[in-house]
Amino acid sequence: MSKPQMNWAAIDADPRFQALHKKKSGFLWGLMIFSMVYYFLLPIMAAYFKSVFDTKIWGPINFGLLFALSEFVVAWGIAIIYAKRANREFDAMAEEIVKDAHKIGG
Amino acid sequence: MTGPMKKLLSAGLGLGTALASFGAFAAEAGVGDSHRTMTFLVFAAIIGVTLYITYWAAKQTHSTSEFYAAGRSVSGVQNGWAIAGDYLSAASFLGIAGLISLYGYDGFMYSVGFLVAYITVLLVIAEPCRNIGKYTLGDILAFRNNPKASKTVAALSTITVSTFYLIAQMVGGGVLIKTLVGIDYEVSVAVVGVLMLSYVVFGGMKATTWVQIVKAVLLVAASILLVMFVWAPYGFSLPSFLQGVVDDPKVQAQVAKVLGDSAANMTPEQLGQRFLEPGLLLKDPLDQLSLGLALVLGTAGLPHILMRFFTVPTAQEARKSVIWAMGIIGGFYVLTLFLGMGAATLVGAGKITALDKGGNMAAPLLAQFVGGGPDSMLGNFFLAFVAAVAFATIVAVVAGLVLASASAMAHDIYVGVIRGDHATPEEQVRAARVSSIIVGVVSIILGILSKGQNVAHLVGLAFAVAASSNLPAVVLTLYWKRCNTGGVVAGMLVGAITAIAVVMVSPNMTYPLAKIADANKVLNGEPAKDGKPAKPGALEKLTGLQAKLATAIEGADKEKLTKDIAATEKAIKGAQDELKKFEGQTTSIVGLEKPLIKLKNPGIISIPVGFLMVIIGSLLYRDKRAEEMWDELYVRQNTGIHAEGAVAH
Repeated sequence: MSKPQMNWAAIDADPRFQALHKKKSGFLWGLMIFSMVYYFLLPIMAAYFKSVFDTKIWGPINFGLLFALSEFVVAWGIAIIYAKRANREFDAMAEEIVKDAHKIGG
Repeated sequence: MTGPMKKLLSAGLGLGTALASFGAFAAEAGVGDSHRTMTFLVFAAIIGVTLYITYWAAKQTHSTSEFYAAGRSVSGVQNGWAIAGDYLSAASFLGIAGLISLYGYDGFMYSVGFLVAYITVLLVIAEPCRNIGKYTLGDILAFRNNPKASKTVAALSTITVSTFYLIAQMVGGGVLIKTLVGIDYEVSVAVVGVLMLSYVVFGGMKATTWVQIVKAVLLVAASILLVMFVWAPYGFSLPSFLQGVVDDPKVQAQVAKVLGDSAANMTPEQLGQRFLEPGLLLKDPLDQLSLGLALVLGTAGLPHILMRFFTVPTAQEARKSVIWAMGIIGGFYVLTLFLGMGAATLVGAGKITALDKGGNMAAPLLAQFVGGGPDSMLGNFFLAFVAAVAFATIVAVVAGLVLASASAMAHDIYVGVIRGDHATPEEQVRAARVSSIIVGVVSIILGILSKGQNVAHLVGLAFAVAASSNLPAVVLTLYWKRCNTGGVVAGMLVGAITAIAVVMVSPNMTYPLAKIADANKVLNGEPAKDGKPAKPGALEKLTGLQAKLATAIEGADKEKLTKDIAATEKAIKGAQDELKKFEGQTTSIVGLEKPLIKLKNPGIISIPVGFLMVIIGSLLYRDKRAEEMWDELYVRQNTGIHAEGAVAH
């Protein structure tokens, strides 16, 4: 299977690829930073704001337990948000570039 | 089926029968003697299914792409289950449930990191790696860096990480099977090793994938079933279930025991509620951050997880597989809350720690309880089933690890570095199989040699090395234009060495002086200090108890005293054994009398070091190829142009 030579620099410089790059990186790193901050809130709160975590909210269920469960919901939420956006937008943009790839700069 | 394959398959079956005969000599096992036959039937059924899968997969495994990547024909959903099967080790199934059963909330906090880790995998690693990778971590790094140098360090790191993980699994598996069904430790390790070898050597990635899928389905099914039994009596209401936990005297007693003196003024209800609050297990916040960092960044650098993304046909399927994996893994960890809390109330911490101090037997004992207890048929069937699922878990995880190490050895080192990428397809497959056998045999030997060692910190170390070595190199290769060979080599070596070195001087190691001091404290007690009253030693206590027994009149008193005497004698014997073991030793294996640092988890030091070294190394080193290849790498990882395709069948 021989792969045709591509002009990678030209594709990289193509405005459509640049648009994909900008949209995707901003979105990805934003989600990544948010998820890290949200995750590390759990051990930090448990260590330094224990009384907040110990506050009972719903019967014996305290805020800390709800917060731990919310970590699951947030993680799943981020996964779904990313997948939706990627399936709808990023894949289509990449598809456009792939279609014309051998023509760009050639 | 080829000749040697038949031989190995029958060897596997032969070992299965050997299990049955060895079982007869078992003592103090979890399964009652009368139900041993049933246990072996359940084990045999699961082993039979996996060997059939291997037979079926072997017929379709001829090329390197089939051996390492299952022909890239695994679907996203299938791969999601396989990732879950690869990731949910016995440590998470039995270990986390156990920690929750003993320490409540803090045990559950562990679970969160294992799921959040997949955000990193999803957003940063899965799709780019699928688009530019082939079979190994080394392939990704060799894309723009010097192939020989980057493949060598990648293979070294892969083998290091996988071996740490592997030893922990082998030792954990050996101990687990011994406790549950009473087979000798060495035999258990050998059985796990031979089975895993037959999957990998004959069926390659395809068999490994399907064994992992079957295991994940069994594990999830078993957990759901147990949770049904635990939760149904409370009408599936979360507050009433947890109220039941708070009100349980066994839970209250466990909290009182963990808290010690500070529990003196607490009401039973406060003690029960304390179980749902943080702080019973995790004491040092810095250590927790360090562990969390290693978890959420290390998972994305685990070679056996990375390798799973080469088995799907496209980046879209890779994305789908992470989404599925997150659903399964997250759902499973939510279930562990019920498994752990259920075991805490129904079985009780006392019985759990009697079988295993770390709490690993919580889930199996819970299964036995909900089925009707140790004397019932159903109880023992449940126990046997959970034991068999735990066994399947170990072989599936171990198979993935061996495949990752073998691919690093055969594909990166032999084919890439030694043969300069000029090996024939037949030679490559042969190299892969031979490497698998070498890795498998070495891991069996290491597993047997590590008998009785405390290997719990090895899994943490595997994550830390992956996060400090593999992840910085991969992330910066993928996303930083200036990154090059110098940075990758420096970052991976220094990151890995730092993680290991920090653990070597940490409290995880054994320090004879501290052990001797502890043993002496048990024997001779502690003098009064800082306003605390003096504690009597076990020797003093024993004389007191014996004197009391001599004058005791009532039968109940006598019985209690005899029990206390037996417990005290046991404590004395344990302490004396410790003294004998460490007699004359003063330093740990690296020559330290006491730990240099308080941290148990190295991540918070070694991960920044890893990233920093990749950056410094790249800036100091000039590498034209790495710069020239940047455009191609960046376009290809984002578009999937020229990505390795699926093998048509």
